Amino acid sequence: MTGIGQAAVDLVPALLQTLSDVLPIILLLFVFQVVVLRRPLRHPGRKLIGLGYVVAGLALFGAGLESALFPLGRSMAAQLTAPDFLGLTEGEIGPPGAYLWVYVFAAAIGFATTVAEPALITVSIKAEQVSAGTIRAFPLRLAVALGVAVGVALGTYRIVSGTPLHWYIMAGYLLVAAQTIWAQRVMIPIAYDSGGVTTSTVTVPVVSALGISLAAAIPGRSPLVDGFGLIAFASLFPIISVLAYAWTAAWLLRYRRWTRRRERTS
Amino acid sequence: MRIPSSPALQLARRGASAPGRALRRFLRLFAGAGRDLAPLIGVVAFFQFVIFRQPLPDFESILLGLVFVVLGLAMFIHGLETSLFPIGEDMANALTAKASVPWLLVFAFGLGFGTTVAEPALIAVAGEAGKIAAEAGMIEATPAAIEHWSNRLRQVVAVSVGSSIVLGVMRIIRGWPIHFIVIGGYMVVLVMTAFTPPEFVGIAYDAGGVTTSTITVPLVAALGVGLSTGIRGRSPVTDGFGMIALASLFPIIFVLGYGMAS
Repeated sequence: MTGIGQAAVDLVPALLQTLSDVLPIILLLFVFQVVVLRRPLRHPGRKLIGLGYVVAGLALFGAGLESALFPLGRSMAAQLTAPDFLGLTEGEIGPPGAYLWVYVFAAAIGFATTVAEPALITVSIKAEQVSAGTIRAFPLRLAVALGVAVGVALGTYRIVSGTPLHWYIMAGYLLVAAQTIWAQRVMIPIAYDSGGVTTSTVTVPVVSALGISLAAAIPGRSPLVDGFGLIAFASLFPIISVLAYAWTAAWLLRYRRWTRRRERTS
Repeated sequence: MRIPSSPALQLARRGASAPGRALRRFLRLFAGAGRDLAPLIGVVAFFQFVIFRQPLPDFESILLGLVFVVLGLAMFIHGLETSLFPIGEDMANALTAKASVPWLLVFAFGLGFGTTVAEPALIAVAGEAGKIAAEAGMIEATPAAIEHWSNRLRQVVAVSVGSSIVLGVMRIIRGWPIHFIVIGGYMVVLVMTAFTPPEFVGIAYDAGGVTTSTITVPLVAALGVGLSTGIRGRSPVTDGFGMIALASLFPIIFVLGYGMAS
């Protein structure tokens, strides 16, 4: 029980910090309400209680972050790179192929956390409605989740191999630029947004702790130079996979129409 | 005055007093937050017990922390839905109806800045980046210096998101195509990367993805969709989307700039 007591004591400064974090947005809304709209707030009591929940929830989340999400990412990275597990001697750098389980873990985390992401479910349903049937919600979600999985896995490969981050990101955005030329106009903003939407509050801490500890555990890598960048991969690759899926779906539809027309004429 | 409805519904209404309803809503959010966490726990458990075949180190403190995370997220989202979201949406609608472009731009900046400073994912990553920067000797390794550095980083990111929402609103009003801005922006990123100290490149690139999660996405999306529905000739589909893409691009440019300046 001392753990909980100590945690409660730790929460007090966290609460104060959180209060200052949400102050700008509260001030903004308040000033606009009074100065620009000149209207009294509806349900002020309920909204005040709601703000209390926001502050308390953020503080609790922050405490959980320090004691659960970051340690989880660190502990997984430590176990995945332990010399015993990899069959290496202490301090030996294996070839990038020796770290296969790292990539598998990264891909699994990327896929599993994305496919059930609520923001993504909303966006994919909206995309199905606007694409006039060429895009389906579930395959779109799969495309985004696969994009994140490939992205995070490739990101860990980059950390292991120590190659510069900007090469990958730039190559990726060149690909996106090329895909954009052939994409349907309606799909472009949806695809671009799917990149940002996928990186959720729970995923970000675990994935960034994984990257930083991976860079710290592999000899010759610096956490500062090599450890960051996984989130960038997770934001870039869904754009590529969604544009690819939209293009394939449109192409399939055209192909089916074409064969049907040929059957009718013959 | 109540509209008469089916007896079952009336019974349900009588059964659930106001605090009871709130509790039930909260429990549903709690379950939702747990569901968000479930895939992560599943993957970690699989690796722990099938691949490593070892008990998880620090199991109890991690479990307690996960309870904090789920409870915290549920409270946070419940609070957002009863306070910030309705106020923000009302205000976005009212400002669009008033059609005052300068106020709309000021509001857009404030919305981007305010939501980003409070974004939990950004708080997490900025704190971690501060610790790493101190370990690498970039800044002094005192808690005060680390906190100062990570707060400054968060402010830079928040200003960048504010600016990106302003540009996004301008884009919707004027009807500029999104891909020219985004691809042009990444060209700028490419050029800036060459002149930025390598320690900043990774943090800058990550800052893009980190900013757009729990608070920012719903409020910014409400603003985008509200605006493009209100302005004639814009569709909420092609113009309402795209705000998040800008909010992911601008932080990269601004943090690279911060790295070049410091």
